[in-house]
Amino acid sequence: MSQWWGLPVLASEHGAHVDRLLILTHLFIAVLFAGWFAYGVYVLMRFRKSRQPRADHHGARSRATYYIEAVVIGVEVLLLVALSVPFWSRYVVAVPDEGEALQVRLVAQQYAWNFHYGGADGVFGRTAAEFIDDELNPVGLDRDDPFGKDDIVLRNQLYLPVNRPAVIWLSSQDVIHSLNIPELRVKQDVIPGVQTHVSFVPTMTTEQYRTIKGSADRTFEIACAQLCGLGHYKMRGFLHVLSPEAFAKWIEENAPDPNAVETDSFFS
Amino acid sequence: MTEGIRHSARREPGWLRRAVSCDHKVIGIQYALTALLMLFVAFCMVLMMRWQLAYPESPFPFLSNFFGEDDTRMPKGVMLPNFYNQLGAMHGTYMVFLAVVPLLVGGFGTYLVPLMLGAPNLAFPRLSRVGYLCYLAGIVIISFSFITPAGPSNSGWTGYPPLSVIETGGQTYWLVGIAFVYLSSLFLAINLITSIVQLRAPGLSLLRLPFFVWSQLVTSYLLLLAFPPLAAAAVLQLMDRLEGTSFFLPSGLVVTGKPLDASGGGSALLWQHLFWFLAHPEVYVLILPAFGIIAEVIANNTRKPLWGYKGMVVSAVFMGFMSMLVWAHHMFLTGMGTVISTFFQATTLIISIPSIIMATSLLVSLWGGSIRFTVPMLFALAFLPMFGIGGLTGLPLALSATNIVLHDTYYVIGHFHYVVAPGTLFAIFAGVYYWFPKVTGRKLNDTLGHLHFWPSLLFMNAIFIPMLLQGLAGVSRRLYDGGATYGFGQEVFFLNKAATHSAFALAIAQLPFVINFVYSLRWGKKSADNPWDATSLEWNTPSPPRFGGNFDKPPRAHRGPNEYSVPGKAKDFSPQWEPEEA
Repeated sequence: MSQWWGLPVLASEHGAHVDRLLILTHLFIAVLFAGWFAYGVYVLMRFRKSRQPRADHHGARSRATYYIEAVVIGVEVLLLVALSVPFWSRYVVAVPDEGEALQVRLVAQQYAWNFHYGGADGVFGRTAAEFIDDELNPVGLDRDDPFGKDDIVLRNQLYLPVNRPAVIWLSSQDVIHSLNIPELRVKQDVIPGVQTHVSFVPTMTTEQYRTIKGSADRTFEIACAQLCGLGHYKMRGFLHVLSPEAFAKWIEENAPDPNAVETDSFFS
Repeated sequence: MTEGIRHSARREPGWLRRAVSCDHKVIGIQYALTALLMLFVAFCMVLMMRWQLAYPESPFPFLSNFFGEDDTRMPKGVMLPNFYNQLGAMHGTYMVFLAVVPLLVGGFGTYLVPLMLGAPNLAFPRLSRVGYLCYLAGIVIISFSFITPAGPSNSGWTGYPPLSVIETGGQTYWLVGIAFVYLSSLFLAINLITSIVQLRAPGLSLLRLPFFVWSQLVTSYLLLLAFPPLAAAAVLQLMDRLEGTSFFLPSGLVVTGKPLDASGGGSALLWQHLFWFLAHPEVYVLILPAFGIIAEVIANNTRKPLWGYKGMVVSAVFMGFMSMLVWAHHMFLTGMGTVISTFFQATTLIISIPSIIMATSLLVSLWGGSIRFTVPMLFALAFLPMFGIGGLTGLPLALSATNIVLHDTYYVIGHFHYVVAPGTLFAIFAGVYYWFPKVTGRKLNDTLGHLHFWPSLLFMNAIFIPMLLQGLAGVSRRLYDGGATYGFGQEVFFLNKAATHSAFALAIAQLPFVINFVYSLRWGKKSADNPWDATSLEWNTPSPPRFGGNFDKPPRAHRGPNEYSVPGKAKDFSPQWEPEEA
């Protein structure tokens, strides 16, 4: 039903709840609008001057509007209490178990998304502003830190396994950005000086997405939703959702060997 | 007060003496004309942006020869991202701060409120003159940034730091200009509140005030109470930009690989709180006077009193109060916890109740009427469903869960433009057609009015429905290329063309209005003092009302504001100023 409302393909677990609420809300407002509109048209025809030369000073005597307003308030409260608030605490505020969920750091900058993985050991190396190099080390990773040696840093490419919770810890180096992945119903402001997170479970691999779209060129795209400067419109990243096996293989192939001597030339 | 009335019997002063006088009608007209000009300028800005959105990086028609190849804005007529962002920021700023609010409160409020009160002028005539000058100063300062080398602000009308602090554009001009706009709003608010409390004609109790006056009263309180935090925030941001403070800059910022030279320790979110503490009540500043205009036009053209007048007054006051408790619903995705987000969702849903009561009261007011489809009435009737769409699309935005999908997309743009463009602007047009005879002594032409109304209604919708659809498809706002970079943007890119073509058609649809306005000023049909057979006190003056004094003799109010079709009376309207027959 999502597509009827012009929503993108749905590719995450929590997205189903978002879509359901979105569709319910739109059905509700469509019914209200249609009702009011029909009433308006009827009234304009019935009470036009040629048909009703003199107005009735008192006007409407019915109490129907009170009941309609009560129903509107009731539905709004229901949408809020039964759907929106529980959703917020369960999917937006809560952080999934550390063991179960894949942890990724995102460092946004004008105009790129830098993703930082813990590598084979799954532990993030130390980062600090003094190590930041826009080309070679955009997240400021300390390669001398024992946990940092095998970390993976990628620009504008996010790899995730399907059907496994992912937690992305968001931070920004410069201005406010907003992580927008429409198909996954993910959006979260990325604010300098504030650590925020977003967690979700991708339910569709990139391959499945391509089949649905009928195009081998399509990938889940990451867009910026908050005006962040001149390059805001092309702050584009890509999300690749892999099968669990393919993801494990990807980590293995991409994590730098902690024992290698050369440590700063991995990033291209 | 009676002195002013005696003065009016003397020879009328020349145009120059009038133009610099402190008569509320002169100042109201100056506000209205200046604001209409700003409306036109802001509309031209958006037409240029819309061209870029539908035809990214292709030269704007007719303009390619005006710009050289090394122009920093539109080389050979092709818009650059910086200029796009500047126009975006300026379109919002001009529309909200320099056009619609001054038009509604400065124009309609200053002109009509004293007349509706039966007063010879506002309570502080000189203050209203100073307020207008502050407004002009705001326009000059913000507009001046267009001719500076760096150009105007390019950080959105919301001016979110750190971007607005580190960008070199005309943000400084913006901040100083906004401070002057603030002063003008403050003076307006003080003046209107005092006048409404103090200068009511004998017999004009609070519940005999036209709903329009109530809407101006609540609006003035909003301007008075909500604007100061933004004015303070503007000063703080100015310090961040000029004096190296870090009110809005957190520690450790790195811009393009280099640490930013700032002390840090500030909060980027603080600005958003201060900004939206004004800017959300500002939305109600944009809509409440519109409701006021619509209420008068509907009562007059249905020939019956407003249904639920008291309920509407209570709703307007409640709405004003609540509007200061909803601001953070603009910030659901800044990392908000469940408690805070629930609070702001709840207040936002609560504020929908007075809006619904007011809109419903107007709709129910039609029942039992003898409806005349005059041009102002057409705009007023169209306002109802258009505001309806604007208000209803606020519901999915107000729920934080669905806000995730819609936040910062074109859905938001469609939503608030439905409220302000076919909503408030239609109310403004309704007001212009309705009070034009009072202000000028001549009527606007009906045929040209119809030629203005019907295409405007059509094209307004053809502009903003595509935006709602693009938003549902996930397209972010403020994208220089209209989303062409993205696959999901490409899928709905054709909607950009639809909206752009409609915007240009809407521009053409305004020609009958401009022609009508200019033509009728001089050659329009002469109007009687009370051409609409209306009941509120402004119609008890000559058209136009006398300079310096308004009324021939001090009026007295004998009944409520909209006593139409009173049973047992031969006439279908009983003006406030007519004494009860014995």
